[in-house]
Amino acid sequence: MYRYDEFDEALVRERVAQFSDQVQRRLNGELNEDEFKPLRLMNGLYLQLHAYMFRIAIPYGTLSSVQLRKLAHVARTYDKGYGHITTRQNMQFNWPRLEDAPAILSDLADAQLHAIQTSGNCIRNTTADQYAGVAADEIADPRHYCEIIRQWSTLHPEFSFLPRKFKIAVTGAEEDRAALRTHDIGLRMRRDADGNPGFEVMVGGGLGRTPVVGVTIREFLPEEHLLSYLESTLRVYNQLGRRDNIHKARIKILVQSVGRDAFARMVEEEWAQLRDGYLTLPQEELDTIARYFAPPPYETLEDSPPELELWQSTSPGFAAWMNENVAAHKQAGYAIVNISLKPEGGVPGDITAEQMDVVADLAERYSFSEIRATHEQNLVLPYVRKLDLMAVWQGLQQAGLATANIGLISDMICCPGLDYCNLANTRSIPVAQEISERFADLSKQRDIGPLKIKMSGCINACGHHHVGHIGILGVDKKGQEYYQITLGGSAENETTLGNIVGPAFSAAEIGDAMETIVDTYLTIREEGESFLETYRRVGQQPFKETLYAAH
Amino acid sequence: MYLKAITANRLRDGRVVYLSEAGNWSQSLEGSRLARDEEELQSLLDQAEVSVLRNEVVAPYAIDVLELDSGYLTTRCREEIRSTGPSRRTDAA
Ligand code: HEM
Ligand code: SF4
Repeated sequence: MYRYDEFDEALVRERVAQFSDQVQRRLNGELNEDEFKPLRLMNGLYLQLHAYMFRIAIPYGTLSSVQLRKLAHVARTYDKGYGHITTRQNMQFNWPRLEDAPAILSDLADAQLHAIQTSGNCIRNTTADQYAGVAADEIADPRHYCEIIRQWSTLHPEFSFLPRKFKIAVTGAEEDRAALRTHDIGLRMRRDADGNPGFEVMVGGGLGRTPVVGVTIREFLPEEHLLSYLESTLRVYNQLGRRDNIHKARIKILVQSVGRDAFARMVEEEWAQLRDGYLTLPQEELDTIARYFAPPPYETLEDSPPELELWQSTSPGFAAWMNENVAAHKQAGYAIVNISLKPEGGVPGDITAEQMDVVADLAERYSFSEIRATHEQNLVLPYVRKLDLMAVWQGLQQAGLATANIGLISDMICCPGLDYCNLANTRSIPVAQEISERFADLSKQRDIGPLKIKMSGCINACGHHHVGHIGILGVDKKGQEYYQITLGGSAENETTLGNIVGPAFSAAEIGDAMETIVDTYLTIREEGESFLETYRRVGQQPFKETLYAAH
Repeated sequence: MYLKAITANRLRDGRVVYLSEAGNWSQSLEGSRLARDEEELQSLLDQAEVSVLRNEVVAPYAIDVLELDSGYLTTRCREEIRSTGPSRRTDAA
C-alpha cells in the first residue's frame, strides 16, 4: 500500500503546526471569525448545527488498519464515539471541539491521516473504484493515477484558487462503481488497439442545484499524458470558468455553455502547448507508484474450496451474506467483502469506534491490513481468502456489521440533512431509517432486487439524489419538511438523471410513497427485470398513477 | 411579535448556546432571556455582538420562542433539532 514519502510527512506536520497556531490565535481573539473561517475550511473544519464538523481525507478510499484504529481513537477521545463515511470516501466527525482540533490533527498525522483538500475551491481528494486493484473486470489499479493526481494537485499553486471546487474520479474497471459522469472529470481506463493503457476522459459532470451528466471529450488518452491533459483542462477552466456567480462557477456550466466540441477543442489547443513537456509521466515514475500499490503476497489457492459450499448449504444467513455482500476477486481463492453500514433502523454511513476497531482487527487478520471506504457509504475488505469468509462473517455479525443488503433497497445513500447540516431544508436520516424499517425483511429486499435510493436534505445534493434509481430531495414548504421524488436516475455505466414524478410528499407520507413505488414495480415488472430496467421500459406514468391516485 | 431568544454556537467547542437571563451563554433554552418587543430584541442582539467581539460565540441570531406551561419551545424544525440534538440515533448517543 502507498506510504507517505518524507515530503508528504513534512507537509502534513507543517500544516498541523500552522493550523494549531491559527486555532490558538482564534481562541485568544487575535483572529476574528471572518479571518479564521477560510483557514479552518482549508483544514476540513466546518461549523455545523450542533458543533464543528471535521472531514478527514481518505485518499482514493484506501485505509490501513492502523489508520482505521486511529479514526476510532479520535471518535472515542474527541467525539461522541462514532464517525460517518461520506459519498466522497472520506470520514466526518460530527462533534469535535475547536480547542481539540490541533490535537486531533496531530493524532491523525501519527497515522499519516490529514484533512487537506477536503474543502475549499481546490482539486479535492480524488476518488476511485472501491474495488481498485482487486476487481475481476479491471484493466489496472486506478489508485496509481489517483496518487499521481494527488501529488500533482496537492497545493498546486495555479489550482488552489479555482473558480469552484474540483472533483476527479478514476476507475480501472469496466463497471463504473465510482460515478464517473457525476464528477468534474471522470477517467475510465481503456486499452488501445495495441493493448497500451490509457483513459477515456469525461468532463463537466456534477450534481448540486444544476445536475449534469459528464460528456466524453477524449476517447483515449495514453497514460503518460495524464497530467499534461488534466493541466490543460484545468487551465481552460481556470481562465474561462465564471467567478462572478457561485452557482455558475463549476466546470459543468462552462462545458454546457460552450458545448462539448468547442470545449474539447480548447483543451486540445492548450494541450498542444503542454504535451510532451515536463508533465509527461516517465515510465520509471509510473513503475515507482505501481510498486507502492503492489498486490499483497497472495497465496496460491484453489478457487472454489469445498468448505464454502458446505457453509452456504448449512447456514442460510451466511449464504445470503455471500450472495449480497461478497464480490468476485481477480485472484483465485480470494474474495472482496463488502461491509454494510446500513443496518435496519441505523444511520446510513455511521460507524462506531468499537465497530472501527473490529473492522481493523478483521483486516489485520484476514485482509492484509487494508480497508476501503465506498462512495455508497460502506466499507470493503479487499483481500479475503474464501477459506476465511466464515470467520469474517461471524466477526462482522458480532459487531452488527453483517447486514446482507449491498445494492438492495436498504443500502441507501443519505446525507446528514437537518439533523446535522447547517444548509439543510429537511432531515434525511429519519426518512432513511423509516425506509429501512419498512423494508426490513431481507427476503423481500432480495425479491425487489437491485434498487438504489439516494437522498439529500437540500439542493446541494450531497446524497446524490439525482442519480438514485429513486431519488429523494428534501424541500421546505412553509416551514414543513417535504420530500420530492425523482425516478430513473443512475450513476452506473449508463448515467442518467432522475425525473421528478410529481408534487412532493410530507414527512408522514414519504414512507407510504416508497412502498407504493416498490409495489407498482413488483406488479408491472417483467421476468428478471430490475427496477431501473422496468422504469426505463414504462416511464413515469404507472408510478404517477399509483402515487397520486388518492390525491 | 413572537417572543425572541438569542442563539449562537460557542466558539471553543461549537455547541449550541442561548443568551441566558443571567447574561451569559447557556446550553439550555430554558432560562433564556426573552425579548418581547423590538427594543428589547435590539438590546439582546447588541449584547450578543459584544460576545462575538469577545470571541465567546459565533454568528448569533434571534429565534422565535413560545412560552408554554411545560417550558420554552422553538417554532422551527431546525431550531428544535439545534436545541434537542439529532432526532434519532440507534447506535450512539
Ligand atoms: C454536514 C456538512 C456538509 C455540508 C455543510 C455540505 C455542503 C455542501 C455544499 C454546499 C455542496 C454544494 C457545493 C456545490 O454545488 O458546488 C455540497 C456538495 C456535495 N457534498 Fe456536501 N456537505 C456536507 C456533508 C456531506 C456529506 C456527509 C457528504 C457525503 C455523504 C457530502 C457529499 C457531497 C457531494 C458528493 C457533493 C457534490 C455534489 C456535486 O457533485 O455537485 N457532503 N456539499
Ligand atoms: S445535501 Fe444539503 S442537507 Fe444534505 S449534507 Fe449536503 S448541504 Fe447538507
